[in-house]
Amino acid sequence: MAKKENTKAAQAASEKTDISTPFSEFVRKFKKQKTAIAALIFILFLILLAFVAKYVAPYGINEYDYNSIMQGPTAKHWFGTDEFGRDLFSRIICGTGISLSVGLFSVTIAAIIGSVLGLIGGYYGGLIDALIMRVCDALFAFPGIILAIAIVAILGSGMTNVVIAVAVFNIPKFARLVRGNTLATKNSVFVQAAKNIGAGDARILFKHILPSAIPDIIVQYSMSIGSSILTASSQSFLGMGAQPPTPEWGLLLSNGRTYMMNSWHITLFPGLAIFMTVLSFNLLGDGLRDALDPKLTD
Amino acid sequence: MLRYIGKRIIGVIPTLIIVVTFVFFFVRMIPGDPARLVAGPQATLEDVEVVREELGLDKPIHEQYINYVAGLLKGDLGTSLRTKRPVTVEISNRYANTAKLTLMALTWSTIVGILLGVWSGRNRSKWQDYTGMTLAVSGISLPSFWVGFMLIMIFSVRLKWFPTTGADSFKSLILPSIALGSSIAAIIARFTRSSIIEVLKDDYVRTARAKGLKENVVVWKHAFRNAMISVVTVVGLQFGFLLGGSVVTESVFAFPGLGSLLVESVNYRDYPAIQSLILIFSLHFVVINLIVDVLYAVLNPEIQLS
Repeated sequence: MAKKENTKAAQAASEKTDISTPFSEFVRKFKKQKTAIAALIFILFLILLAFVAKYVAPYGINEYDYNSIMQGPTAKHWFGTDEFGRDLFSRIICGTGISLSVGLFSVTIAAIIGSVLGLIGGYYGGLIDALIMRVCDALFAFPGIILAIAIVAILGSGMTNVVIAVAVFNIPKFARLVRGNTLATKNSVFVQAAKNIGAGDARILFKHILPSAIPDIIVQYSMSIGSSILTASSQSFLGMGAQPPTPEWGLLLSNGRTYMMNSWHITLFPGLAIFMTVLSFNLLGDGLRDALDPKLTD
Repeated sequence: MLRYIGKRIIGVIPTLIIVVTFVFFFVRMIPGDPARLVAGPQATLEDVEVVREELGLDKPIHEQYINYVAGLLKGDLGTSLRTKRPVTVEISNRYANTAKLTLMALTWSTIVGILLGVWSGRNRSKWQDYTGMTLAVSGISLPSFWVGFMLIMIFSVRLKWFPTTGADSFKSLILPSIALGSSIAAIIARFTRSSIIEVLKDDYVRTARAKGLKENVVVWKHAFRNAMISVVTVVGLQFGFLLGGSVVTESVFAFPGLGSLLVESVNYRDYPAIQSLILIFSLHFVVINLIVDVLYAVLNPEIQLS
């Protein structure tokens, strides 16, 4: 038994060094993307921060201190304080989890639903495909944030509804992407071979067709997270998302506009937080695309 | 060619029908009784019934739908709950402002985006490319409302060069159009760059260079024209972002346009106005996409042949 394990491990090791798999090729190319790696490290740092923010924040998110309201950045309050004397730095780092989870949840939901719809539409064609694509066209006919506002107007404001709204407008992107890929691969030899050995539709779709779309899905996923975080924070900024006293970044910024004339720091820092987060997801997306796109090999 | 255009126009019809139907059911999906909302919280049951009849909500749903579509065709969008005036009046008061703002933003962002993209693309992997693309990726990552605030703080509050709000003069359009257009300029720049890089690899570019033409002539006269074919599509698609972005930007600058009207209507739960505005935004988007598709076909000789 132990011997068998050993040989397996040895085999795996030799494969790692000798044979170039698509994955090892991707890793080799991705390692060259210095900015994307920096972005990835920053994102991992943000994810860590989202979990530990509560414990490392110097002040509580709703810790009022009426003796030090609207102070600019000082050694005690790195990002200054707001109109209730709450520490802005603590509020911003505690808001990390909100923006990240909105981005990750909504895009993950959209990627799963969109991919399944794209697979079904592309593979079966006919009426069901026409139906799926018409609905996607109609969803595309609404500019993203307008659709999100419409959904929030129906469901009411709040973060859960913002997640649903952002997920809905991301679905067509994934559906189109995966449908296109499905159309291109469904007649290829390996799919025919799988059919001939009697594989079921579900197996063909998820084991043979879907994997070839994964690189595109990953790139779209990373890019969509950035734009989704932006849309979600815009919603909160407009008063249709997170409600006070949640330390959501868009809401913090919206709150700062009342005091913009005298206290610039209340709008500056939440905006920087949104910018840095969205930027790193976009840079990661760019790097992934360059590493995964076969057309760019030169 | 004409057949292609005709086909595209007919192809838009199902999308339009779905959009109108969606907007119709939109109001009916809102929790609560619309008649009660219109009548107000103090209204008696009889009042609510009167309102229900006035709004035609007592009729069966298919009749309501037919009435709604007939109203649309006559240009009747209903009455605003907030101002008690026809929604068409509310919208026409502000339409020109948003049109000016979006066109101005689209114009500057297209010019800047194309120039930046060509500059980066022709100097691929040099400092110009890195500078251009750093600017571009920053541009798509910036929250437009934040850009708006920073512009107001620097140019209106500190330097007092521009008014902070309103839409009274050309000057008051400048800051909002910068905030609105910056991310679109960035998207156009990124797309133009990859398009130029693609085109510069082509044989006819090598021929042009081999003839000893100056690089400027090769880039602008030969490569640029062909690169622009695909850029047109992207510019058109950005119009949707512009319409959506106008909602946020107009709120930042308290700009009296359709976007800020939408936000006000949502906050007031003014459903006739919300439904009409969503319809107007999407109709514009659909029509512009159609125009772009047709323009693309006109510009691209490959489509003419097939």
